[in-house]
Amino acid sequence: MILRGINLSIKKGETVAILGPNGAGKSTVLKILGGLIKASSGEVKVNGLDLKKDSYDVKRKIGFLAHNSFLYDHLTPLENLKFFGKLYGVENVEERAKQLIDEVGLSFFTHDPVRSFSRGMMQRIAIARAIIHQPEILLFDEPHTGLDQQAIKLLNDVILRMRDEGSTILMVTHDFQQAIETCDRFIIIKNGKIVDDLQNVERNIDTITEKYMEQVSGL
Amino acid sequence: MNNLFKAAFIIAGKDLYSEWKTKQVVTTMLIFAGLVIVTFSFAFDPSNNAVRAIIPGLIWVITIFSAILGLNRSFLSETKNDNLYGMIVSPTDPSSIYLGKVIANFIFVLIVQLVSIPALFILFDFRFMGNFPLFLAVVVLGTFGFISVGTFLAGLSSNSRSSEMLLPILLFPIVSPIIIAAVQATRILLIDIEQIASAISWIQLMGVYNLVFFVLCLVLFEYVLEV
Ligand SMILES: Nc1ncnc2c1ncn2[C@@H]1O[C@H](COP(=O)(O)OP(=O)(O)OP(=O)(O)O)[C@@H](O)[C@H]1O
Ligand SMILES: [Mg+2]
Repeated sequence: MILRGINLSIKKGETVAILGPNGAGKSTVLKILGGLIKASSGEVKVNGLDLKKDSYDVKRKIGFLAHNSFLYDHLTPLENLKFFGKLYGVENVEERAKQLIDEVGLSFFTHDPVRSFSRGMMQRIAIARAIIHQPEILLFDEPHTGLDQQAIKLLNDVILRMRDEGSTILMVTHDFQQAIETCDRFIIIKNGKIVDDLQNVERNIDTITEKYMEQVSGL
Repeated sequence: MNNLFKAAFIIAGKDLYSEWKTKQVVTTMLIFAGLVIVTFSFAFDPSNNAVRAIIPGLIWVITIFSAILGLNRSFLSETKNDNLYGMIVSPTDPSSIYLGKVIANFIFVLIVQLVSIPALFILFDFRFMGNFPLFLAVVVLGTFGFISVGTFLAGLSSNSRSSEMLLPILLFPIVSPIIIAAVQATRILLIDIEQIASAISWIQLMGVYNLVFFVLCLVLFEYVLEV
């Protein structure tokens, strides 16, 4: 049992940061929402659709970014994005892939195998992969790791733009600064339980840090 | 239904393209097949007429072992960056992943057979006199049966740390019937053509076996991917 009684409902258009210490179960929550692992009990619903029964319709709406990139080492960014784009049924997939590679600033490396990429470059392509089908729901697991300042700004812009377009975003992060810049709700998970749910709080790094410390170092 | 095949072709296309770029799997298989042929052509005198009797066996030895080489790689290549998860989180049916892998593995083995069977015939100076379409049917059916069960088990054992050992162990009891049928039918068609009626029954057996196991694997693959 990794999670114990997670009950979470998120409204369309919300941007939620999931915070918590290592091993708290944050990634596990995200994996269950994305359909990667099945919960031993309970259910996941999106717009009233059940993740298990209508998995095709639900999964088409979800953009998933995990710790690992999901990219094939021997393929180029373009080939990787085209493959995943096709799986999602993206139209004009080649154009879309090129546009995304351009957006994440790697157009110079379009035809190099991703094997040779640095950690941050991989992460940029992994983000492009996650949003290739313009998902309505983003599940991001530590999206900022390995990114440089410029890429962080780029990613935050993407998140904010998608929020403005009505997408819902769930983001696991250890980077409070980025959480504050992009999110308006903060959930703290500890030992597989939601211990705090901060809505309509002041978006101030000290407030969040204080609340976090209260919960996490408390015991 | 349409989606099932479309996604399967995308996945098979990705595997074939990867192979085209790296040439790892088919090259290994071809080298193995070449070694088998060379070894046997030195162990037995190819000009001796009785030696033709080992050709059916050789065809299937090459098929089985090169297939296992490919099957082991098939899902291991999806684990490096959790690539398989990338497919699972996409709106792809588990059956499509299975089908895509079967198509790709099947084509790899067909390529090896396309090169090695003619080479075998030439080296052993074997002149084909039997029923060629039936021979083709036996090769295709036997290979497909082996690959469809093997792909399923490869997926199953890839979750285990000792997958390379687990695969042959699981494979052995389940594919024995199809291998026996394939070897028997091939033997009759190549060197014992009077018995053609019994070859046809072996082919029917293979057809039934393939249908049953292929459908079972297709439906059950969902549970293989479940974590
Ligand atoms: N496949 C698995 N099988 C068994 N236990 C697992 C598995 N994956 C994770 N766990 C356990 O579940 C717990 C929560 O893991 P999870 O990856 O969700 O943590 P996290 O909150 O994302 O941590 P981090 O901040 O380090 O990413 C950990 O104790 C881990 O050991
Ligand atoms: Mg994690």
